[in-house]
Amino acid sequence: MTTHLPRRALLGAAAVLATPVPLRAQAAARLVVIGGGFGGASAVSFARRTYPDVQVTLVEPQTRFVTCPYGNLLIGGERQLAQITYTYDGLRARGVNVIHDRAAGIDAAVKRVRLAGGQTLDYDRLILSPGIAIRWGAIEGYDQAAAEVMPHGWIPADGSQTLLLRRQLEAMADGGVVGFAIPANPFRCPPGPYERISMVAQYLKRHKPRSKILALDAKEGFSKQGLFQDGWRALYGDMIEWVPGNRDGRVVKVDPREGVLETEFGTRHKVAVANVIPPQSAASIAIEAGLANDTGWVPVNTRTFEARAAQGIHVIGDANIPGPMPKSGFIANTTSKQAVASAIALHRGQTPPEAVYFNTCYSHVGAEYGISVVNIFRPNADGTAIAEVPNSGGVSPRGDLPEQRRLEATYADAWYDSITRSMFG
Amino acid sequence: MRLNALPALLLTLALSSVAPVVAAEPAPLAAEACLGCHGPDGRGGAGAIPIAGRDKAEIAAILLAFRANERPGTIMGRVARGYTDAEIAAVADHYSRIR
Repeated sequence: MTTHLPRRALLGAAAVLATPVPLRAQAAARLVVIGGGFGGASAVSFARRTYPDVQVTLVEPQTRFVTCPYGNLLIGGERQLAQITYTYDGLRARGVNVIHDRAAGIDAAVKRVRLAGGQTLDYDRLILSPGIAIRWGAIEGYDQAAAEVMPHGWIPADGSQTLLLRRQLEAMADGGVVGFAIPANPFRCPPGPYERISMVAQYLKRHKPRSKILALDAKEGFSKQGLFQDGWRALYGDMIEWVPGNRDGRVVKVDPREGVLETEFGTRHKVAVANVIPPQSAASIAIEAGLANDTGWVPVNTRTFEARAAQGIHVIGDANIPGPMPKSGFIANTTSKQAVASAIALHRGQTPPEAVYFNTCYSHVGAEYGISVVNIFRPNADGTAIAEVPNSGGVSPRGDLPEQRRLEATYADAWYDSITRSMFG
Repeated sequence: MRLNALPALLLTLALSSVAPVVAAEPAPLAAEACLGCHGPDGRGGAGAIPIAGRDKAEIAAILLAFRANERPGTIMGRVARGYTDAEIAAVADHYSRIR
């Protein structure tokens, strides 16, 4: 039902050209997706549901995926690691060819992906959802070894970084200072550091109430700031001190041995536990393929997500620069669908569909205290610009609204359950 | 993997093949966004409010009321104000067909 039109078109072209391509014409379109996180898993799930005649291959080195969202709830023990860990069995059952290997390189000219294990995959369209890389050394002294002492917890992998932070909090004496280093924009999950601060504060209030949090930020403002700070005062009193960049909040150097976070103007903050969230870039495969610009992120057509630097490669998730859109799981999810629909349309010589991108991002300030931001974005027709729909979206209302906060915490759970089931279920 | 999703999908495809849209056209992407919070196929679950199988006119009327600030909501007013009339109609049509 869904195949006769493009087949006929391809066969027609073959007849005109009088070349022996009917085998090619009868072959299903090959969609290869690199990366099985929020972008990639959403892409393959949507592709299988919507285009049953397309061959869908997912390349993902890990056999288990730990979500970034809800990772902060491990800190206070609201969630356990197994509750935010998924396998790819559900996607296999839906007909996705899941290959657990690392994509080692992309040859855009011949449309081929090379895997670390030696296998090659030919594609008609490639969806690249590689995620982020930590820019080691962007903060002096912060390398992989330092991250074993001062965890970042920003790329979940097997969850060990977040659990390390939790163990450090458990080992800390009451009255200690927990330090945060927070990067400038753009970075993965703009409200994430502030939700993490909240969940650390919740743990400390319950177990180590004389402790303090020192949040050193490279920025002068942050996502949902008013709502977070209202919630911090209401739930945690004066436990949290946030220091913006223009008050010497930018951490430029760390000393893991001494437990010191050093800021731009040389202030050395000695802390008991440090969560260093470093500057980031697109993952290395995107940079090695020449898709990123000098910002370290990948510019894309905002309607099709095709990389500006390479035809046939659609880059989704946190690795791209999607104009004003945040690097969030929900944006990765909704844009992945547009990227797949565009990839299939372009492969078939059709016009990509009209696009609307959707983001609802909940944050926990307390166990039963949720806040959110909603955004709806639309690109222009040729994908050169993107803007938020006027008068839409926005953050939760401020004020003393306990029922709103409680409902948003409940809806956050519903979001997490729904979106993970739509990806992995 | 939910096994009961397949008949619903086939039903949706069967219905859309007789509807005046291109058969290969995916579900409207505006309707895809709802899946982020309202469960697989919009059927709800685990705190998620179900929207599937409701009357088409009822879904459209609720969304239009959210958009016009005539209905109190936690986040749906902020969401609905981003949608066009055509998208609201498409969302209502899509979820009303899922049984």
